[in-house]
Amino acid sequence: MHELSIIASIVDSVTQTMAAYPGSRVKEVRLRVGALASVIEDSLQFCYEIATQGTPLEGSALIVKILPVSMHCDRCAQEVEIPSLQSFRCPICDQPLTDMRQGRELELDSIEIEEVEATA
Amino acid sequence: MTTRIVELRQGILKKNDELARGLRSRFEAAGVLVLNLVSSPGTGKTEFLQRTLHELIVSGAKAAALVGDLETDNDARRLAASGAPVRQINTHGICHLEAEMVAKHLEGWDLAGLDYLFIENVGNLVCPSSYDLGEKIRVALLSVTEGEDKPLKYPTLYNSADVAVITKVDIAEAVAFDRETALRNISEIRPGIRIFETSAKTGAGMAEWLAYLSDLKTR
Repeated sequence: MHELSIIASIVDSVTQTMAAYPGSRVKEVRLRVGALASVIEDSLQFCYEIATQGTPLEGSALIVKILPVSMHCDRCAQEVEIPSLQSFRCPICDQPLTDMRQGRELELDSIEIEEVEATA
Repeated sequence: MTTRIVELRQGILKKNDELARGLRSRFEAAGVLVLNLVSSPGTGKTEFLQRTLHELIVSGAKAAALVGDLETDNDARRLAASGAPVRQINTHGICHLEAEMVAKHLEGWDLAGLDYLFIENVGNLVCPSSYDLGEKIRVALLSVTEGEDKPLKYPTLYNSADVAVITKVDIAEAVAFDRETALRNISEIRPGIRIFETSAKTGAGMAEWLAYLSDLKTR
């Protein structure tokens, strides 16, 4: 259960970013999470609601995009998506694969903010 | 009111990743080989490490260990019996070690005077796999009592390992350990991985493991 420390890092980064946008509010925080990143979306959402309280992120939505594991297969000379995390083999030629190209991401992709017009 | 998208495109654990990169350079500059031991609680990491440290020290190598636990310094005391310098990291509820904890506990140690530094992670098959500690080799351990399908249940951890160690092989028969299935499952998750079959109690497989360590050091 390290989702809380992950959310705490997100709150820090977004709070820092928001300092450059005074008067704006965070609507959405978007993550890119690899299927092998060992985080559970439900836990992220649960922690998010709690950890954003009293921060500029309060009330915003957390959007988690899960990225499938993709590996390079020499034999097929292409990148292939691994359909099951229980077997790291090429779904086309069945060769065991080690060259991972996607699947461990744990990234803060972007935020959507609502800008409030500056008042004179 | 207008909305806009602000692209951030940054690693969520970038602070840890940057610290780990710094540690890795420090370890390389000091010429110390660093291994991160990960497994579930009860796999026998401490017993395996105690035997490893003892044998390394007897052979004249300089080895030290950092050991992570939620509470207590029991493991550090056990490991210190090997004669190696050992420090305990208490995470107080945190389920994994982070690069910052490692950096903090290295203070005052002469890394250049060490051949090997072992970091025994908190017993957990999920969280430690996300945190780089600056190690060169990540060792995933599996005991014969845990069930042969553990690697399939926790692919993230076994897939991120550089080498696998099966522990407690002395009781394999008593617990009806299916060796072939276990080896196949580990290899299915991490094709080509080297697997050591060991018993810290009888010493089985330890010679191969120590030869591997020595080989890594001279490579």
